[in-house]
Amino acid sequence: MSRVRAALTPYALIFPGGVWLAIFFVVPTVVMLSLSLQSGNVADGFVFTWNWQSYVDGLTNYHDQIIRSLVYGLAATVIQIIIGFPVAYWIAFKGGRHKSIYLFLLLLPFLVSFVLRTISWQFLLSDNGMLLGPLKNIGLLPDDFRILATPYAVIGGLAYNFLPFMVLPMYVALERIDPRVLEAANDLYAGKFQTFLRVVLPLSLPGVFAGVLMTFVPASSDYVNASVLGGTSTTMIGNVIQNQYLVTQDYPTASALSFTLMALLLLGIFAYAKALGTEDVLEVAAR
Amino acid sequence: MSNPSMQDPSFLRGLTQPRLGRRDAFRVAGLSAAGLALAACGVKGKGVARPTTSAQAQSEVEKYWADKVKNGHVDFANWPLYMDPKQPELKKFTKQTGITVTYKEVIQETPSWFAKIQPQLAAGQSIDYDLMVVTNSIQLTQLIKLGYLVPLDHSKMPNFTKNVGERYKNEAFDPGNVYTVPWASGMTGIAYNPKYIDTPPTSYAALWDPKYKGKVGMMSDSQEIANFAMFLLGIDPEKSTPADWDKAAAKLREQRDSGIVRKYYDQSYIDPLAKGDIWLCQAWSGDVFQKNLSDGTDLKFVIPEEGATIWTDNFMIPKTAANPVDAITLIDFFYEPVNAASLAEYINYVPPVPTAKEFILADAAKASGDDKKTLEMIAESPLVFPSPEVYSKLRTYRTLADATEQKQFESTFQPITTS
Repeated sequence: MSRVRAALTPYALIFPGGVWLAIFFVVPTVVMLSLSLQSGNVADGFVFTWNWQSYVDGLTNYHDQIIRSLVYGLAATVIQIIIGFPVAYWIAFKGGRHKSIYLFLLLLPFLVSFVLRTISWQFLLSDNGMLLGPLKNIGLLPDDFRILATPYAVIGGLAYNFLPFMVLPMYVALERIDPRVLEAANDLYAGKFQTFLRVVLPLSLPGVFAGVLMTFVPASSDYVNASVLGGTSTTMIGNVIQNQYLVTQDYPTASALSFTLMALLLLGIFAYAKALGTEDVLEVAAR
Repeated sequence: MSNPSMQDPSFLRGLTQPRLGRRDAFRVAGLSAAGLALAACGVKGKGVARPTTSAQAQSEVEKYWADKVKNGHVDFANWPLYMDPKQPELKKFTKQTGITVTYKEVIQETPSWFAKIQPQLAAGQSIDYDLMVVTNSIQLTQLIKLGYLVPLDHSKMPNFTKNVGERYKNEAFDPGNVYTVPWASGMTGIAYNPKYIDTPPTSYAALWDPKYKGKVGMMSDSQEIANFAMFLLGIDPEKSTPADWDKAAAKLREQRDSGIVRKYYDQSYIDPLAKGDIWLCQAWSGDVFQKNLSDGTDLKFVIPEEGATIWTDNFMIPKTAANPVDAITLIDFFYEPVNAASLAEYINYVPPVPTAKEFILADAAKASGDDKKTLEMIAESPLVFPSPEVYSKLRTYRTLADATEQKQFESTFQPITTS
């Protein structure tokens, strides 16, 4: 009896999560895949016809937006690494006993809604607002200078909104480095810089990878920042998909674009993992 | 032939053709099952036919309203800046009828509102509102076509029958007011902030003027931008052809690519205009007045010399409404001229009740000082009570007949705003 129970335990443990994933991930994905191959319109209904044309249309009409999304996502990710790594490093090694306070401060913006945080940038960066207004008044900036409605505002917003997702995994990786390893490096006559370059940095790479995974993917598919902070020609693929689905109600094209984006992001992630020399992407991400 | 077995046809077949093993058979079965699963996900059409005869319409009305009773409450969804925030009319309504009203300004743009409510309506679920106001548009036509709206019982709307203006009885998008009756009409024109602009714009060309580079706001609604470009090109949008659309789209792309347009907005254009992020933009006639009234700004609105579009925002009851009787009572309440007048005094849009003008003038006679001047100005304003000459310059939106035409229109103009 107990042997039977022992054999069933793993299944019992996976059951709730498995059912959750099946209902809320597998089913919608299949429905979306199916939709992407259908043709028709909302009033007359959609019929499954192996209509690959939606993929062709999506790519021909919106390749600019797809490329732009990947570029914006990448730019935001790089900015986050540049800003985030020193923060994670500082908290992990110099944080002392106040580490948890610093981590809490890092997460504090999350207590405010994502959309509200983005809209507050609109006020902050307004052409004659509290930041640019005074600078224009004293003549530091030309009158027609603006940040809102430019790609910089969108990339800045993306980098800002997803920053904690980058810092936390890097912090975890750095925090876990055994101090004795650093001592050993010191004993072997490695200077501070050498220690960092040859010991700390390689050991932190899995954290950086996890951070990239958790920020590049949502940043590339985001649509809030582009619609709140962007202008013309800053539309990201997320906005197009939202528009195709909700406004034009062209479900097949919207689904086809979603799948294309998913495929491109997966390809990017695997290519990155390969470049890092990581054998098993998923394992690294889970560490 | 040295080897006789080579001539055995079954042996040859075995060499040249793959054999289907049991495993392959399962694989094929699995693939076709997946194919079936994909095919089973088709989305059913929801179209219903509009009643063709009045008898048919009448029977649909009777069928719907037969078992509906007054519940004492109504949930009302409307656009921002569309009623005095103190809601005097609704308070009066509650006092008169005992029906309480929850009023929410949740509609920012027709397409996105439609997108929000469409899944619930398709599933036959409540959208939490008994009454909503939607502009005549592609989406309004779809709401009717998909059977999402309640056929209105005109016997429950005596004030409407008595007081509605002649021109509202036979609008192209809903002749005979089967599903909709107007809340207010307005024009789409140009709004500007005189703090930054010295010479008032008089033509659509101002929105294409390079000296306002990066300071022009356009709307994200395909029909609104299309109309502006067509007026500029001297095309009547109401009678435009697909060839005209292409010309208009080229003009709009030119405007965007030369950096003149800062951004494509929904109703959120009004704050950036007041802050100076944009200096001039496409705007709806009443918004500017209300912004001025409520926030003390000094924004201006003009109807360009080329003409402008007039649109109608319409009351309608979604099919899944919980309190339709209360909703239709509220509709009719706004058709009492005195109530229509009090609403127009605040929102500065065209009331569908022409006799409201007398009530506004009567209010003006009673008032004094600035109030008197404002009320007189409203009663005489061509934007609230357009004269026949103004009407002759106004055009309505192009009605897009079917799905093919809609798709062609959207695919011409939508890529401009989602560049």
